[in-house]
Amino acid sequence: MTRNITVVENILNANDRLAQENYARLEAAGVFSINILASPGAGKTSLIEQTLPRLKNKLRVAAIDGDIATSIDSDRAAAAGALAAIQINTGGDCHLDAVMLHGALEKLDLTQFDLLIVENVGNLVCPANFKLGTHKTILVASVPEGDDKPYKYPGTYRGVDVLIINKVDLLPYVNFKMDYFERGVQALNPGVTTFPLSCTTGAGLDAWVNWLIENTQR
Amino acid sequence: MHELSVTESILKIALQHAEKANATRVTDLHLVMGELSSMVDDSIQFYWEIIAKDTIAAKAVLHFRRVPAELQCTSCSEKYRLNNGELVCPKCNSAGAKILAGEEFALESIDVE
Repeated sequence: MTRNITVVENILNANDRLAQENYARLEAAGVFSINILASPGAGKTSLIEQTLPRLKNKLRVAAIDGDIATSIDSDRAAAAGALAAIQINTGGDCHLDAVMLHGALEKLDLTQFDLLIVENVGNLVCPANFKLGTHKTILVASVPEGDDKPYKYPGTYRGVDVLIINKVDLLPYVNFKMDYFERGVQALNPGVTTFPLSCTTGAGLDAWVNWLIENTQR
Repeated sequence: MHELSVTESILKIALQHAEKANATRVTDLHLVMGELSSMVDDSIQFYWEIIAKDTIAAKAVLHFRRVPAELQCTSCSEKYRLNNGELVCPKCNSAGAKILAGEEFALESIDVE
C-alpha cells in the first residue's frame, strides 16, 4: 500500500547548515570575510590584485580562489600580497559551496589573518544559491557586460551586500546606460552600497578599500 | 552543473524520511520549485536515474510543482508577477519590490510502500 509522507525540507539545508558553521568559525577567529561574485571577465581577480597592495601593513589577508581548473587566480593573489592563497578546483562545478569553503578553511590558521577574501567561480547564476558563510557578499559588475544584467540575473543582484561597477573608464566607448542599470539594481536591492571604479586607472578604488578596512576593523 | 549535488541532497532527504517510516520502496517524490530558484528539472531527473539506481528509491517518479515569482511593490503594495524581467510596478511605476513567492526549492512529500 502506498502512503504519503510529508517532508517539507529545504533541499539546500545541508549546505546552509555548514555555511553557518563556517560563519561561526570565522567569527570566533575574528576574521572578516567576503565572497566575491561576478561573471567571467568582470574583474574579480583584478580587483583583488588592486586591493591587496592598498591593504599592505594594514590588514593580514588570506585569499581562497574557486575555479573549475588551474591555480592562475591564487597565484595572482599571492603575488599581489595575500599571506596565504588557496586554490579550490571545483572540477566542473559551477560554484563554490559551504563544503568546499569548509575544506579550505581547514588549511588556514585563522588566527594569522584579519580578512579572508573568497573569489567564487565566474558565474552569475549558481553561486547565489549556495551560501558559504562569509560575512558579506560582493558583486563585481562591469561596464562591457551590458546594462541589462540586473534584469537577467535577479537572484544574484538581489542577494548582495555591495555592488562594484568595474571598468567605468570604458563608459565613453560602450553602450551602457547607467540609469537603466541602476533602475534594475534599485528594484532588486534598494540602497545597496555601490562603488563605481576602474581597476585599470585606479579611479574609485580608495572608497572601496576604505569600506573594506572599516568593516574588517569593526 | 550544480544539479548533481542538488540531486544527491534530494536523495539523501528522501531516504532519511523513508527509513524513518520503515518503507521498502519510494515510488514518488513531490518537489516544489520556484521560478527564481534557477534549478533545471530535466537535469535533476537525469541525475536521479543514475544516483538512485541502487537504492529503494530507484524507480521513483519525480514531480515538480512550479511556483511563479510573485512580487509586491514596496511603494504602493501592489502584487505583481514577473513580466519579461521588467522589475517595475505595473500600477505606480516605481522600482523596489519584495519577493513573496518564487524562491522555493524543497521536497514537500514522498510516496512510499
